[in-house]
Amino acid sequence: MLKGEGLTMNFGGLLAVANANFHVDQGEVVGLIGPNGAGKTTLFNLISGAIAPKSGVIKFKDETITGLKPHQICKKGVARTFQSTKLFAGLTVFENVELAAMFGTSKAISEAEAEQEVLDLLDFVELSTVRATLAKNLPIASQRRLEVARALATKPELLLLDEVMAGLNATEVAEAMALITKIQAKGITIFMIEHVMKAIMNVCDRIIVFHNGREIAEGTPDQVTTNPTVIEIYLGE
Amino acid sequence: MDSVRIILKKPFYLGLLILSLILLAITPRFAQPYSIISMITILMYVTLTLSWTIFSGPTHYISLATATFFGVGVYVSAILGGTLPLVALAGLGGLVGFILALFIGLLTLRLKGIYFILFTFGASALLRHSILWWETHITGTVGRFVLSPGHTTAYYFILGIFAITLLTAYFISQSKFGLALKSIGENEEAAAHIGINVTLVKIVTFALSATFMGATGAVMATRWTYIDPVIAFNPLISFLPVLMAIFGGTGRLLGPILGAAIFTILQEFLITQYPYYFMLLMGTTLILVILFLPNGLAGLTDEGMHRFNQTTWGKKAWWNRKGYKHA
Repeated sequence: MLKGEGLTMNFGGLLAVANANFHVDQGEVVGLIGPNGAGKTTLFNLISGAIAPKSGVIKFKDETITGLKPHQICKKGVARTFQSTKLFAGLTVFENVELAAMFGTSKAISEAEAEQEVLDLLDFVELSTVRATLAKNLPIASQRRLEVARALATKPELLLLDEVMAGLNATEVAEAMALITKIQAKGITIFMIEHVMKAIMNVCDRIIVFHNGREIAEGTPDQVTTNPTVIEIYLGE
Repeated sequence: MDSVRIILKKPFYLGLLILSLILLAITPRFAQPYSIISMITILMYVTLTLSWTIFSGPTHYISLATATFFGVGVYVSAILGGTLPLVALAGLGGLVGFILALFIGLLTLRLKGIYFILFTFGASALLRHSILWWETHITGTVGRFVLSPGHTTAYYFILGIFAITLLTAYFISQSKFGLALKSIGENEEAAAHIGINVTLVKIVTFALSATFMGATGAVMATRWTYIDPVIAFNPLISFLPVLMAIFGGTGRLLGPILGAAIFTILQEFLITQYPYYFMLLMGTTLILVILFLPNGLAGLTDEGMHRFNQTTWGKKAWWNRKGYKHA
């Protein structure tokens, strides 16, 4: 479904992504892990169109999407959340999701349809009770849920989650894991960056390990955790 | 039809608005010529501030290009003054403002924060000096005379432009386009990632707001009768709407209107009553408003309304009774 070939991105002298190749198949939950500075978020930025790669190709459903703008890629069916939440802080919870429902799809929808969709989605992420609250007044766990709801409102086929569990306590992590399973059940493919190992091990079908801007290992959670190269990178020799 | 429904939900504001417009429309029948001239100045600043707020209010892109679009409108009138009727001049001034803003928007709206502010200010200065250079070196005469159709006519035109600007601002603020503008001001990157073509939305709105500035300029030129680049592209025309909008508060449409009107009246009053202390008093007022009224004068009326609703009288008021839907 999503495929990257020979992706390279540098910021000045820093090579953030170096000739990376990866793929995500339809219906999978794929985890992207790696030490800090491995280039994971940069890879997400390349996929979502926030930045354009220096070289390489990204294909979504066999269609090249490299060079497209974020709003075009969104309409093709790729949605994302951000590592540090980027909500519309001064707008209400409802408006945050409503905007995505109205602008995120290639087909125009009526106001009434959009409103109904927003209510359903807020129900789905359990934020119905705070729909009139300003986004900035939500606690962090709810902010992350709201970002997920906003991404889902664009009706994606592929959802990129950038550390949705960062800063959450154990209960909230468990809730977030349940939410991811629920999203997968909707038939949405998930590609997620995560540092919370428990979550990665439990929800991912497959894991890609990134180091120095390229993939160094991939496989099921068990294969990856027993891979000697991965252990070396995380723990040293 | 949705917009109509929204207006009808607020009969109080709608009534107040229509009443104000009727009062403004019949003013020339009983007012002194001096009052008419003052009213033209007030309406000019109100319209400029309101059109500035259409773009800069929700997006938080502080534009200092108001004088640019106003100035080209002034020059449209000055060049074509004798040949076209005022309504055509106003329309043409708006059109030239729109086209110029599209062009400047394409160049500058990639810039953010301070860079955007400086570029818009620079663009204005560039145009002022280019025309000044053209007039001194090519045509040989600086400045032009503009035929005046009379103060009352100018007054009605500026009132008409104000009404159209207000309607446009209102419909934008209630539409999904307006919500998209707000989301750009809140977080542009996120807005782009949920499918909003942020560049297009910004440029179209910037150009739309410039249309009203250009039309206002075209009418004001006939009121001033003599213009030159320094008058037409006066940097104060760029700065004052920003101050007036902050003074009034940009959160609601009432803010820029109230801000610009009171600011202009206050300025007029202080300059005639206390010519020596004028700047001192004006500056002190501005500082006090910014310190104590973070949401401007409109924020103050909201606060007053809120307090009133808490009182026994307020609780009995018809808009607090059962069945009246709060907008």
